[in-house]
Amino acid sequence: MAGPMGTDIPRWANVVVLPIVNLIAAFLVSGLVVLIIGENPLEVVQILIWGAFGFEEAIGYTLFYATNFIFTGLAVSIAFHCMLFNIGGEGQAYIGGLGITLVGLHFGFLPPIVLIPLCVIGAALFGAAWAFIPAYLQAKRGSHIVITTIMFNFIASSVMVYLLVNVLIQPGSMQPESREFGEAAIPFVHEALAWLGVEFAESPWNLSFLWALVCCVLVWGYVWHTRWGYEMRTVGTSPTAAAYAGISETKSIIVTMCISGALAGFLGLNEIMGYHHRLLLHFSGGYGFVGIAVALMGRSHPVGVCLAAILFGALYQGGAELSFEIPTITRELVIVIQGLVIIFAGALEFMFKPQVEAVFRWFMPRRSAAAPAE
Amino acid sequence: MEDFTLFVLVLDATLRVSTPLILAALAGLVSERSGVIDIGLEGKMLGAAFAAAAVAAITGSAWIALAAGIGVSVLLALIHGFACITHAGNHIVSGMAINIFVSGLTIVLGAKWFSQGGSTPQLPHEGRFMPLEWPGAEAVADVPVIGPLYSELLSGHNLIVYVAFLAVPFIYWMLFKTRFGLRLRAVGENPQAVDTAGISVFFLRYRAVIICGILCGIAGTYLSTAMGASFVRDMTAGKGYIALAAMIFGKWKPLPTMLACLLFGFLEAVAIRVQGAELPIVGQIPVQFIEALPYVLTVVLLAGFIGKAIPPKADGVPYIKEH
Repeated sequence: MAGPMGTDIPRWANVVVLPIVNLIAAFLVSGLVVLIIGENPLEVVQILIWGAFGFEEAIGYTLFYATNFIFTGLAVSIAFHCMLFNIGGEGQAYIGGLGITLVGLHFGFLPPIVLIPLCVIGAALFGAAWAFIPAYLQAKRGSHIVITTIMFNFIASSVMVYLLVNVLIQPGSMQPESREFGEAAIPFVHEALAWLGVEFAESPWNLSFLWALVCCVLVWGYVWHTRWGYEMRTVGTSPTAAAYAGISETKSIIVTMCISGALAGFLGLNEIMGYHHRLLLHFSGGYGFVGIAVALMGRSHPVGVCLAAILFGALYQGGAELSFEIPTITRELVIVIQGLVIIFAGALEFMFKPQVEAVFRWFMPRRSAAAPAE
Repeated sequence: MEDFTLFVLVLDATLRVSTPLILAALAGLVSERSGVIDIGLEGKMLGAAFAAAAVAAITGSAWIALAAGIGVSVLLALIHGFACITHAGNHIVSGMAINIFVSGLTIVLGAKWFSQGGSTPQLPHEGRFMPLEWPGAEAVADVPVIGPLYSELLSGHNLIVYVAFLAVPFIYWMLFKTRFGLRLRAVGENPQAVDTAGISVFFLRYRAVIICGILCGIAGTYLSTAMGASFVRDMTAGKGYIALAAMIFGKWKPLPTMLACLLFGFLEAVAIRVQGAELPIVGQIPVQFIEALPYVLTVVLLAGFIGKAIPPKADGVPYIKEH
């Protein structure tokens, strides 16, 4: 990613220590906010952790949210590798949900073993299609992808409101929701575990989580172990070098964005097929934007994205529990923390670098002095 | 005659709806002309709207509310500046972060302070910017054509509406007729040259983001204390992004930007009017279609199908001074 990466500190410090320092800074400022509303930050931390991991149901919810964030986080990360900033995850996820719904409503007669993969393809195609237009405009006409994807979020929202209110609404219903399509449901984890004879508390956590992990492996393989992935990273690092090497920038941009849109589209697998079983207004609920924080925190690496997604999943679930325990704190505290994480881990990524380097230099001379003796 | 009155009423609504767009779009314009991309217009407006309403609810003074709105917005602008100018951070990440941070913080603080789920109480008249009647508006109201134009369209808006429209020539003058404006535009095109001339790139850009903060602050204050009578959660509802679109639509120039804001404001005013109404020829137009139109138009413009939108050359590029 952009920024002065040239450094005399070990790589792992850059990759591990710096994000943790940034995260601590974000948490400290969040603690200040808690102090301002007159609560005890330590108590809040305690409730957050207990609320996210303290009991089986909590863990289920945490991982349910984490699944959303893995999808949207991967979507933002893969675009980062091509130096593209996909802010449109929200819209792509929303439209991806439309793909699932259309398949679910029209092919409901098929057995789940055929229907579910079809839905997955529907989500991917619709998400990718919504990302394709901004990608094409960026690649061919030079329209700034950040602005076009922002615009496409709003257009997606209008399209979906229109479709839900006028077309997809269940006849006779007042709620802008589609009819339930239970046949395309992805099983819950507690159900799956029950088949194996293991008991687990009921929660929305479902098997899309496994698909999210598979996507992590696929993205990892694509980015670092395929030719297209290599081309994508080359275009991201140096478009000029890529052009000299005969790599098509246009192709890389379009393919990358389509993959990114498809990944964002998978959000609907978890939310719609895994939990609600019908299309809802605003089901994408800001998860697309959280993906930006997750990608930045996770340094655009699938492993980092998974860890960051679980962190944010825990924040979301813990935050819900928190607003139960301390009514003066609303759930939106989590959004504040999220914003702060993006500021410190993203915009001020290298603010603490001199300090971290200073600390390392304090310890390093002894190591390098010892080296020649070997 | 009735059609004419209706038309005047729609134009009247257009002015009211366009006001925050104009202020925010000019804010973005000044910032981007200096080379700092600002997608945080939304967050700054929201923060200002909340601060203004909260302060107005407590002090009952619209002017103190305005000061608070501007203060908060400038503070947020300075955070953006700190990240983008001083630390060469990614402008879009920073702007995004501010939007998310503010959307959460206003609700957390509002819920705690006013216990109304994130809203502020209804503001008293003294705490708001009330409509100003122009002299003679009452008297000429019944005169055909000129009457409604004067008494409905021109008269009867609050102070901030007039400020917004006066800000357009002022910003134009500042950017294109003053030395400061010349330097500010230069720093957005070629910061190295400005630096070579011995002028501080950082200081210029900081001044640009402060101006951006002031304008967003006024826009936010308008939303909660002039157009509305309290703060409601997420009350900006994408206006910051429409303003951004208008700025691009206006090709980073004050007057065209204002016209784009008026166009988008007009669409919004029409959308409210035609909700469910049968129109001649086209029949019923879905409101969502009109709502999405500003975004669609901006994408079409960006695609280069209607003219070309070229941003300042150094827009979004951090300047790292060599030592």
